[in-house]
Amino acid sequence: MPYKTLKDLSLKEYFGPGHRLCQGCGAGIIARLVTKVAGDNTIIVNATGCVEVATTFYPDTAWGLPYIHVAFENSAAVASGVRAAYNSMVRKGIVDKNPNVIVLAGDGGTADIGLQSLSGALERGDHILYICYDNEAYMNTGIQRSSATPYGAWTTTSPPGKLSPGQKTGKKDLVGIAVAHGVKYAATATVAYLLDAANKIEKALNTPGATFMHFLSPCTPGWRIDTANSIKVSRLAVQTALWPLYEVVDGQYITTVKVPKRLPVTEYLKLQGRFRHLINKPEEVAKIQAYADKLAEKFGYGPIST
Amino acid sequence: MKKVAIISFPSKGTAGETGTWRVKKPVIERQKCVKCMICWLFCPEGTILRKEDDFVEIDYRYCKGCGVCANECPTKAITMVEE
Repeated sequence: MPYKTLKDLSLKEYFGPGHRLCQGCGAGIIARLVTKVAGDNTIIVNATGCVEVATTFYPDTAWGLPYIHVAFENSAAVASGVRAAYNSMVRKGIVDKNPNVIVLAGDGGTADIGLQSLSGALERGDHILYICYDNEAYMNTGIQRSSATPYGAWTTTSPPGKLSPGQKTGKKDLVGIAVAHGVKYAATATVAYLLDAANKIEKALNTPGATFMHFLSPCTPGWRIDTANSIKVSRLAVQTALWPLYEVVDGQYITTVKVPKRLPVTEYLKLQGRFRHLINKPEEVAKIQAYADKLAEKFGYGPIST
Repeated sequence: MKKVAIISFPSKGTAGETGTWRVKKPVIERQKCVKCMICWLFCPEGTILRKEDDFVEIDYRYCKGCGVCANECPTKAITMVEE
């Protein structure tokens, strides 16, 4: 059943308050939403990262669901193992229901370190949902660049200067990588469009085989934004076409949130301290705008209006 | 099935009462609230409690005071005030 209003979402909280995530953290919203949609019969597999460090401080845990923490590089492999174990237990009659198995991993644990185990799980087609919450750098260890960091962004290992614009390479297309494995369902989402995200999570959980979701998650200290602006920034990412929202069903790209009049990328960049050095460099901003134009053309977004 | 010893305490308060992190506190004006549930869902902490009659209430024990709810409220029913 698709979610039509916010009130359709479950009242029950599986992700408890009082965790150590920063004020205004996008990952907290994602964790709450995912557990609300998935419900009681769920096992969370969490790779090392902000969420793991902030929510599971011995002897407490913020998770009201079965939870397993694994290393960066093997989260998808562990999820495959959990699924295999449950398949076997259902066959033997030890448990009667096969649970949802959801992997929650950051962009470092997905695009860099965990890519091989993710590739394996997608290729085998184990029935798991892999969710990458992408805050565009290694935020937990102190804002080092990852392969998901966008062009021009400041991080501690991609400092801007006379000879450098900041991060020199663009973002890795993770959904494209997942689609290349022939997955039945892959999608992008962000915290500003939660109804869209909730429907995508439900669709992904109900699709047999491996499914992949790429969530843009604003990071207030890492992106140098005001804590109150985290939703606003992620909404601007969609409206400037830097983060188009789409789903891929059987290799078919479908745009889910249409933007008839998009905004120039400067609207998105000027709110964030990590792009502050680009203000006086119009040629670098033009490169980012060109990237947004390319995405806008691909996903059918409208022309720029100011 | 064999019983296993409880080694963890799930859900609330992993970091204690995080309300102490707060600098500004959100206050809801009941008259302006249209029960849209946007603040309830956008709260990163899950401290905005949805009541049976769809009114919202803030749990100040855990609210970190990020200001997302005040920023996203369509009717500006939530204001951030100094503690």
